[in-house]
Amino acid sequence: MTSGNKVSKREFLNGDEAVAYGVRLCRPNVVSVYPITPQTIVVEKISEFVANKLMDCEYIHVESEHSAMAAAMGASMVGARAFTATSSQGLAYMHEMLHYVSGSRFPIVMMNANRTLAAPWNIFGDQRDSMAQRDTGWIQVYVENGQEALDMIIQAYRLAEHEGIYLPVMVNLDGFVNTHTYELVSVPSQKEVDEFLPAFVSKNAVDFNNPRSYCMSASTEWNMEFRQQQHEAMMKSKKVIESIDREFGDKFGRYHGGMVKEYKCDDAEVVMVTTGSVSGTSRLVVDSMREKGLKVGLVKLRFFRPFPAEYFRELKSRVKAVGVIDRNLSFGYEGAVGSEVKSAMYDSCGSPKFIDFIAGIAGRDIKKDDIELMYNKLLNLSRGQEEAELQFIGMRWQE
Amino acid sequence: MSKPQIVKYKMPECKKDMPLGPSSEAGVIIEPNAGWRVMKPIIDNSKCVMCLRCWLLCPDGVIDREKGILEIDYNFCKGCGICSRECPQKAITMVKEGKQYD
Repeated sequence: MTSGNKVSKREFLNGDEAVAYGVRLCRPNVVSVYPITPQTIVVEKISEFVANKLMDCEYIHVESEHSAMAAAMGASMVGARAFTATSSQGLAYMHEMLHYVSGSRFPIVMMNANRTLAAPWNIFGDQRDSMAQRDTGWIQVYVENGQEALDMIIQAYRLAEHEGIYLPVMVNLDGFVNTHTYELVSVPSQKEVDEFLPAFVSKNAVDFNNPRSYCMSASTEWNMEFRQQQHEAMMKSKKVIESIDREFGDKFGRYHGGMVKEYKCDDAEVVMVTTGSVSGTSRLVVDSMREKGLKVGLVKLRFFRPFPAEYFRELKSRVKAVGVIDRNLSFGYEGAVGSEVKSAMYDSCGSPKFIDFIAGIAGRDIKKDDIELMYNKLLNLSRGQEEAELQFIGMRWQE
Repeated sequence: MSKPQIVKYKMPECKKDMPLGPSSEAGVIIEPNAGWRVMKPIIDNSKCVMCLRCWLLCPDGVIDREKGILEIDYNFCKGCGICSRECPQKAITMVKEGKQYD
């Protein structure tokens, strides 16, 4: 066990367990969770920690995800550091509470195991669940492996509780590919994490010496002012995300890139934008295509909200074509990430050469061959050939 | 006095005055809450025998007895008329709001 040790220790963990270890190191006062595949291991592991007295927290078995978030909100309201975790149907069920928490400015951290939504019923991974929560006022980060998951749980609390931010943070792991894959994960010592993440002293908590009304209604005359306040905190968080990640990198030796992480983009002619687990596979494809002399690069989008629009505005001027791998689909338009990337790159000089690839829905593998095909389509586009702007990749049949 | 007091509340005048999320000082009532009253109860203290039935039955708790006579807080009285109907002495009359009275 790492508790009390002064140095990091390497453990063989799956993504869910890495999240649980990260949560333990953050010393939350309250954990309120409801189990759902593929998040269940997080719940099991934390309850095991609590039962074995390795974690000192109130562990609340709730009757639903809506209650999980409501209990976390109540805990945060009395100044507790609160954690919850969910996935898919559960995330959809707590949708109402997501707005309550962000609107009331409670810095709760939640892990979400990205899984598709029914119907048709399916328990496997895609990002339709969290992308559908885009406008709930939650900061959203997508991680690609257990190490980044553990690190981002720790960073998420620093970010959420940062003065002037006070927004909830959702840490997203691709269902099964991340949550159930075992890897060596460096688990920092409790001492190091305590130094990085001090105990939470809420500026937005009930205080008997200074009684306030919480979660009150705000009339038409005042409501918009609160919304602007939320938006400005979200915009401000972009710089805070970068600075926390750098500080984390200096202390723990792992810098994750802040808002986005580039791979071989310096001289790239075409780049692919990825989120989560497909980023690792895509880097292998970039390497093999680079060996053939093809100037391809990769941008791992880490934060979806706030959205790094400035980055893509600048990226447009140095590449010939941009693709996005979307593990989600907004029926009737295109992928959610694709829409954002495209709109960020659009200016008076016209829109960039762009393809939005829909792939990996409901756990379908995004194979190296698929990714190479996508890169080749981008290269074709950059050379002036016609390519459809929205393409489904990895289908059973092509029309 | 136990009845609610109107406390002057300084509304935010710029962004920096805004609270962190929707919260505000507790235990204050920032404005009268009687705007929809149509009929207004008037107590004739010469008829009142301080039986306190109205004080007990007022659903908004706006009848005050602390000065030894009964007084109605018109900032919060909604004009429901229960006090007038229940008064055994017929000491409370309902008067149309806005009319002149002594």
